[in-house]
Amino acid sequence: MYKLLLCWRYLRTRWIALASIVSVTLGVATLIVVNSVMDGFTSQMQDRMHGILSDLVVETRASNGISEPNWYIDRINKRLGSDVEGVTTVVTLPAMMTFHHNGNAHTQQINLIGIDKKTYASVSDFSKYLLHPDNKQQLDFLLKQGGYAPERDALQPSGWEYRTRVEQLKKDRLSEMERWRELQAKIAIEQQNQVAKDAEALGQSTSKTSSEPDTSEPGTSETDSIARTPEVTSPLEAAPSPEATDLDEMLKGPSTPLVQSPNKGRLFDASKEQRTGIVLGIGIGSVRGRDAEGQVKDYFFIRPGDDVSVAFPNAGTPPRAIDEQFTVVDFYESKMSEYDATFAFVPIEMLQRSRGMIDPISQQGAVTSIQIKLAKGADLSKCRDILREEFPPSESYVQVNSWRDTQGPLLAAVQLETTILNILLFMIIAVAGFGILATFFMIVVEKTRDIGVLKSLGAPGTGIASIFLGYGVLLGTVGSGVGVICGLLFVWNINEIARVLEWITGREVFDPTVYYFDSIPTIVHPLMLVWVSIGSVIIAVLASVLPSIRAARMHPVEALRYE
Amino acid sequence: MNSLVKKATSQNQPSIGKLRVVHAEMDAENAPRSTSTSANGSAPRLQITAEPSMIVAKDVTKSYRRHKTSVAVLKGVDFSAEHGKITAIVGQSGSGKSTLLHLLGTLDRPDSGEIWFADERIDNLSSRKRDAFRNQQLGMIFQFYHLLPELTLLENIIAPAMIGQSVFSYLRNRSKIIERAKALSEMVGLSHRLNHKPNELSGGEMQRTAIARALITDPKLLLADEPTGNLDQESGQSILQLLKNLNQETGLTIVMVTHDENIAQQCDSLIRLKGGKVERLK
Repeated sequence: MYKLLLCWRYLRTRWIALASIVSVTLGVATLIVVNSVMDGFTSQMQDRMHGILSDLVVETRASNGISEPNWYIDRINKRLGSDVEGVTTVVTLPAMMTFHHNGNAHTQQINLIGIDKKTYASVSDFSKYLLHPDNKQQLDFLLKQGGYAPERDALQPSGWEYRTRVEQLKKDRLSEMERWRELQAKIAIEQQNQVAKDAEALGQSTSKTSSEPDTSEPGTSETDSIARTPEVTSPLEAAPSPEATDLDEMLKGPSTPLVQSPNKGRLFDASKEQRTGIVLGIGIGSVRGRDAEGQVKDYFFIRPGDDVSVAFPNAGTPPRAIDEQFTVVDFYESKMSEYDATFAFVPIEMLQRSRGMIDPISQQGAVTSIQIKLAKGADLSKCRDILREEFPPSESYVQVNSWRDTQGPLLAAVQLETTILNILLFMIIAVAGFGILATFFMIVVEKTRDIGVLKSLGAPGTGIASIFLGYGVLLGTVGSGVGVICGLLFVWNINEIARVLEWITGREVFDPTVYYFDSIPTIVHPLMLVWVSIGSVIIAVLASVLPSIRAARMHPVEALRYE
Repeated sequence: MNSLVKKATSQNQPSIGKLRVVHAEMDAENAPRSTSTSANGSAPRLQITAEPSMIVAKDVTKSYRRHKTSVAVLKGVDFSAEHGKITAIVGQSGSGKSTLLHLLGTLDRPDSGEIWFADERIDNLSSRKRDAFRNQQLGMIFQFYHLLPELTLLENIIAPAMIGQSVFSYLRNRSKIIERAKALSEMVGLSHRLNHKPNELSGGEMQRTAIARALITDPKLLLADEPTGNLDQESGQSILQLLKNLNQETGLTIVMVTHDENIAQQCDSLIRLKGGKVERLK
C-alpha cells in the first residue's frame, strides 16, 4: 500500500520527472500521427488502385482473345463457388485517340477497354467514379442533357446542352465561311472579268502602242471592261459554275457528301445525334493547375458531348488499325492518376464487332480478360492460386492475376516505408527511455534518505524497487496517455494544422494538384493505438528497472547517513 | 473525539490510558482473550519475564572500509539492555554509538559476535526476516526525524503498518490502524496537525511524529539515535519526558544514543563507548 501511495505522491510532487516523460509523449504522438497519415494514404491509394480493377483477372495476351469466355466462367464458378460475387468480360486494347482542341488535332495513347455496361459495375467500384449522377446508378453510354458534376464550374456546360451549342456554332461558322467564300468567289469572278476586259482593252491598245503596258493598266481598266466581255466569259465562267452549284448544295445540307454514305443516305445531325459513347479518364480530358491567385483549377479541353476518334488494332494477323468515331458521354475520376490518364471505356459489343471478334457461327464474342469480384472475406491470394492451378500456364494461354499483383511493387514500397518509419520512431521513444533512466537515477539519489528510512521501517528491497518501477509505469502511462491524446487531436485537426503551417511558412504543406486529394487522409486504427501505448509504457518501465535495482540494493545505514 | 483532542491540546498531557485501550482492542481482535484486565487500565501488555535483558550484544566487532584502509569502530562490545528500562549510550563523535545502534536495529551486520533479541539470534537472519523484525518488533527514531516529506503526518505515522501488511489486509484494518494512529498522535500531542506535511512542522513536532510512527506497530523495543540532538533544551526535555512516560506506563524498553550528559543522567542505565569498547557507568 505504501508503494502505491508513494508512487502517487512522487508523481504529484516531482514535476521534473514529467518533463522527462515529455519525450515519450512526443514520440507517441508522432508515431500516432505518422501511422494514421500513412495508413490514410495507403488505404486511399489501395482504394484507388483497386477502384476500377476487379479482385482477380483471368487474361490473355492473344490479340484475338478468349473465344469461349463462358467455358472459363463456368470453370471459375465451379472452382471458387460462393467466393465469387461477380464476373464480367472485358476487351482491353492499346489505342490512339485523336481529339480537336482550338482547331488543332491532338493524338494521345490510351488503353481502350470494352466493358459490358450491365455487369462491369458489379466487379469494381467503376460506377461510383463517374461524374454524372445517372451514370453512377447505371451507365448507358448515352449522352445526357447536362448536369455533369454540377459542383465543377470548369465542366459546365456539358452534355447535349454543350453539344448542340457547339454544333450550332459550327454550323454558324460554316455558313459564315461559306458566305465568305461565296463572296470571295464573286469578287474573284468580278476581278477576273475585269482582268479579261483589261486584257481585251490591252490587246486592242498593244496593237497601237506596245511600249506602255504597266502604266496604262490601272487607268484603262474601267473604260475597257465592257468591250472585252463576250470573249473571256466562256472559259472563266465555266470554271466557277460547278463550284457555285456545290456551294448552294452545301448551304442547304452542309455535311451531305461526308456522312451520307455510311448512314445509308440518312444525314448525321451532330446536334441531335451521338456516336458510340466513350467514357474517358478525367486525366485524358483535363489538366489541373493553379491560376494566378494560386487557386487549384481544372481546365477541360474535352467535355462530354465532344466527338473523338480512336484508332485501334483489329483482331487479324497482322493487325490493321481501325478508326472509329466516339462521343464522350462521361468522365470517370478514380483519383489514381495512372488510370485516369490512360483508361477509356467503350461498349464491349462495339469493340467485338469492329475488331472482328464475333464468331460468325455461334455469334459469341471473344474477350481478352475475365474479371472476377470475390465475396467479402474471401482470401484473395488463395483464390488466385486456385485459379492458377485450374488454368496452368503450360496448358492454357491465360494468366491469372490479382489486383495486388499488378500494383505489388508500389504497395510493397509503401509497406516498407511504414515499417521503417515505425522502427525509427520507436527508436526515438527508446532514446526517451534513456532520458527517463537518467531522471530516475537522479530521483533515486535524491530519495536516498527516504529509501533508508523505509528500510529502517522494515520495507523489503523488493518493495522499494516496486515503488520506482510503479513510478516508471505511472510516468509511462501518463506520458503515453497524453501522447495518445495529443496525437489524436493532431490527426483529427491535421488539415487545419497544415493550413496554419502553410500560413506561417508560406510554403505549401499539402499540394492537392500532386495528390488528387482535397485533404490529408487519415485512418486511426485502435489496435495501433494500443500497441504504441503498450510499447512506450514498456520502454518507460525498462528504463526504470536499473534505478529501481539500485534503490533496492541501497545499504540502509549509508542511505540514512546520506546528506 | 473532539473533547479528547481539546483535552490533549490544552493539557499537552499524554493520554496513554486511551492508547492502551486501543492496544488491547487490537490484540483482542487478533487473538481473542479476556479484555476485562485491559478495561481497568492497569494491565501492561509487556509483562516483565524472567529474562532480564531485552536485547544483548555479545563480543560484537565492526569495522568500516574507508579508502582501502579498514577502520575498526567496535572492538568486541558486550551490551545488554534490560527489559522495561531506558538505557543510554554516550560517547564521543565517531566512537561507534550509532554503529552499535544500527547493529542492534539489524540495519547492519556485525563482522563478528552475536546479537540476541528475546532468545532469538537476529544478526544472522535472512534479510526478509530482518525486515519483518524491524517492522514488527522495533521502533526507531533519529536525530533528523527522517519523516517522508511527501506524506502527511497521519500517513507518516501509519507507514510502518502499511509496510507490514499486504494491500488487502491494510484496507481491511484501515479504520483500526487510523484510529490507533490518531490515539498515538493524541498521546504525543499532535492530533490537530495530522493533515500537515512534515516541512510545515517544528523540530519537536517532527520528533513527536517520528515517535508515534515508531509505536504504530506496537514494538517491544525503541531505538533512539540522538532523539534530542537537533532540538533546543526545552523541546529536548519534553521529548525525553514523553519517552520516560512511555517507558513507565507501557513498559517499553528504550535504547537511546545521546550526546547530552544531562539527559543521559536521567536514564535507568548508562554506558559509555570509548575506543571501541564499552564502559558501564550506571
